[in-house]
Amino acid sequence: MNNTPLFEMEGISKRFPGVVALDQVSLSVGEGEVVALIGENGAGKSTLMNILGGAIARNDGTIKIKGAPVEINSPRDAASYGIEFIHQELSVLDNLDVAANIFLRREPTFGGPLKLIDRRRIYKEAEVLVRKLGLDITSRTPLSQLSIAQQQLVEIARALSAGARIIIMDEPTSSLTLTETRRLLDIVHDLKKQNVSIIYISHRLHEVEEIADRAVVLRDGKNAGELQRSEINHERMVRMMVGRDLKEFFTGASESVSKVDGEGFAVRRLRTLRYPKNNLSFGVARGEVLGFAGLVGAGRSEMARALFGVEEAHETEVELDGQALRINGPRDAISHGIYLIPEDRRQSGLIVDFNVRENISLPNLDAYASAKLINFAKEKKAAVEACKSINIKTPTPEMRAANLSGGNQQKVVLARWLTFSPRVLIFDEPTRGIDVGAKAEIYQLIRKLAANGVSVIVISSEMEEVLGISDRIAVMHEGRLTGILERSQFSEEAVMRLATGTEG
Amino acid sequence: MKKELGIFVLLVVLCIITSLINPNFLAVINLQNLARQIGAFGIFSIGLGLVIITGGIELSVGSMMGLLGVLLSMMLTQWGFPIGIALLALIGVAMLLGLGHGLLITRLNMQPFIVTLCGLLFYRGIARFVSNDETKGFGTVAGLDFLRFLANGNLAGIPMPFVLLIIIAAITWVVLHRSVYGRYLFATGRNPEAARYAGIDTKNIVALTYVICGALTAISGIIFAFYTNSVSPANHGNAYELYGIAAAVLGGCSLRGGEGSVIGIVIGTALLQVLRNLVNLLEIPSSLDFAVMGAVILVGVMADQIFTERRNRRQIAMMREMSAREAQSS
Repeated sequence: MNNTPLFEMEGISKRFPGVVALDQVSLSVGEGEVVALIGENGAGKSTLMNILGGAIARNDGTIKIKGAPVEINSPRDAASYGIEFIHQELSVLDNLDVAANIFLRREPTFGGPLKLIDRRRIYKEAEVLVRKLGLDITSRTPLSQLSIAQQQLVEIARALSAGARIIIMDEPTSSLTLTETRRLLDIVHDLKKQNVSIIYISHRLHEVEEIADRAVVLRDGKNAGELQRSEINHERMVRMMVGRDLKEFFTGASESVSKVDGEGFAVRRLRTLRYPKNNLSFGVARGEVLGFAGLVGAGRSEMARALFGVEEAHETEVELDGQALRINGPRDAISHGIYLIPEDRRQSGLIVDFNVRENISLPNLDAYASAKLINFAKEKKAAVEACKSINIKTPTPEMRAANLSGGNQQKVVLARWLTFSPRVLIFDEPTRGIDVGAKAEIYQLIRKLAANGVSVIVISSEMEEVLGISDRIAVMHEGRLTGILERSQFSEEAVMRLATGTEG
Repeated sequence: MKKELGIFVLLVVLCIITSLINPNFLAVINLQNLARQIGAFGIFSIGLGLVIITGGIELSVGSMMGLLGVLLSMMLTQWGFPIGIALLALIGVAMLLGLGHGLLITRLNMQPFIVTLCGLLFYRGIARFVSNDETKGFGTVAGLDFLRFLANGNLAGIPMPFVLLIIIAAITWVVLHRSVYGRYLFATGRNPEAARYAGIDTKNIVALTYVICGALTAISGIIFAFYTNSVSPANHGNAYELYGIAAAVLGGCSLRGGEGSVIGIVIGTALLQVLRNLVNLLEIPSSLDFAVMGAVILVGVMADQIFTERRNRRQIAMMREMSAREAQSS
């Protein structure tokens, strides 16, 4: 089946001013083959895929389809060769319905120059595609009523209806729940059976283990190696990606936490706006990391936002070191030393157009001001120190936050709270979309904070992460707390049972 | 800073060209007139600019000015208010109207464009109604010399409105570019959600900005009232909000919010007034007045867009260089 690859990229190089993004990279994909493209952020995966998708031009190298060289200079060219790109950030229009999205820019028309849309046909054909992907919706459903996972399937339907032979999926599962991920992986299998080739970009290595026929690893813009189906395992991939052993990825999750009675953070009867009928009670001791597992939509982020005061909560009792608190807004939370590192760092965590210095000082601006006038030297000094102390990689604190990598952006969000003395830190999906190296650094920081007596809450949908970082794991299902696991009870199955509500 | 430099250069070039074609441009009387206009327009433009930095808009400035002018005249000539009280009442009314806008926008989540558009219509109507649509003046009321001086007088040859503009600009510059409030304003304008997550009270920041805009509109309003010396309820201040928006945008404010500077707004105002002056002096048909302004604003904003993108590309290149260096050294 894979004798002549369906398509090949050979010796692809791309130079941006001052840096070589891709250096003689090769990649081939056979018909009906699932190739995982993995590597740390900045390894060149996106650049390579953008070249294939026609979004950017290469400096060197050739692209061949069935052995014949082709030129791909625009996304339109790519589409004409059957190459479709499912982006990490969904590119569906949620003001239109399913059929309209599937046929966008390819609407069948009638009426000659009037170009009236053949509505009967698009709904009929869309219905077929929707069924084929096992979506239990109709083609007339507005996209705004669909979950992210369903919207993603609509994108896949669009790719299929465009006659895709190669589908590039960029981090397709990054915002999916476990069940939804399951379904997506099944669909990838089905596509494969239909002889569609898939290039699968993911940081979630266990997915790669499961579905990839081959894994191609990039590092620093070069091919770092390739693993065949039988060779793919977690450790090998990590080693190839980072070029060294990542020993002790998770360090310091302690077997026994010294819990001081009455100390720490206690939450009683927290009811969020989304699940007003359920109430949550739990405690986090000082020095403890309490993981929050659950499916997306279980109400964990709502809980975090309510605790931080950005979302209203009903009659919650919050205690810190035995003292009752009132939290009516983020300012209250901040004044009590309770901080949130939100899920969506580009939208809620940072002001991406502000520079690093301004982002770090923002919540603590008064500390750098006298008579409300900002002392820039003092502010800059604090930013430089923060960058140094938690290793934020930026040439200058005057750099726009938007230009930093995901991991460094996350550190900037963290840095601003470290300029206070945190007592409770709530991390919501702290490593989403962050490369392996930066992940390890963030785990270390979390453990270090806990060791210094901070009560830490880590909300995570990544099983490895929540099992690795937590001292205890609280599991939520549809707004309810279905259980709290002690370290001795930790297992993927135990978490899954509670998360899916099959127990409790 | 570079942004302001760009449009400052444009301003200087325009002045040089105009004075070369018509040396009367440099006549003291012309320069004084020009400065007086810049002062009167600049003060409310700063207020409008601050609102634009929050990501909002204030369309009712011109109508508010009409209403304030009518009220000022009536308070002084018909209702017999003492001058001090009348002035305080006037500024108070303007601040209350601003507060009203701010509250509707922040508490009821209404869109600034709509709230202030309603203001634009409403205040103009009220101005015409309370005045019976009659042009108002200040007649023979005694004790108005100081106010007349504020509008028409000079301090060491410099027109008073311009002096006031410089003072107000200096204060707002410190507030916007050096104070905590200013930073919060930029943060709120740029990304209100992230600002809230950083613990900033975004609602009050925004509401306060509309109040400040109201106050500055009142100060401009007093100057305009005595400058024209008669207030026609239907026309006084007509379309002034557009001058303010144009000045702010020329000066580097983005209607998306979170961007702009006081110096930029002042230079933007100056540029607009020089353009009007130029149309006069160069005997360009005055019907082309707006067309010239429109064209210059368009070119200015276009150039600014290009510069911003270039600067950002430079930063991205810097990041790449750094990671490339790191890759080499490791």
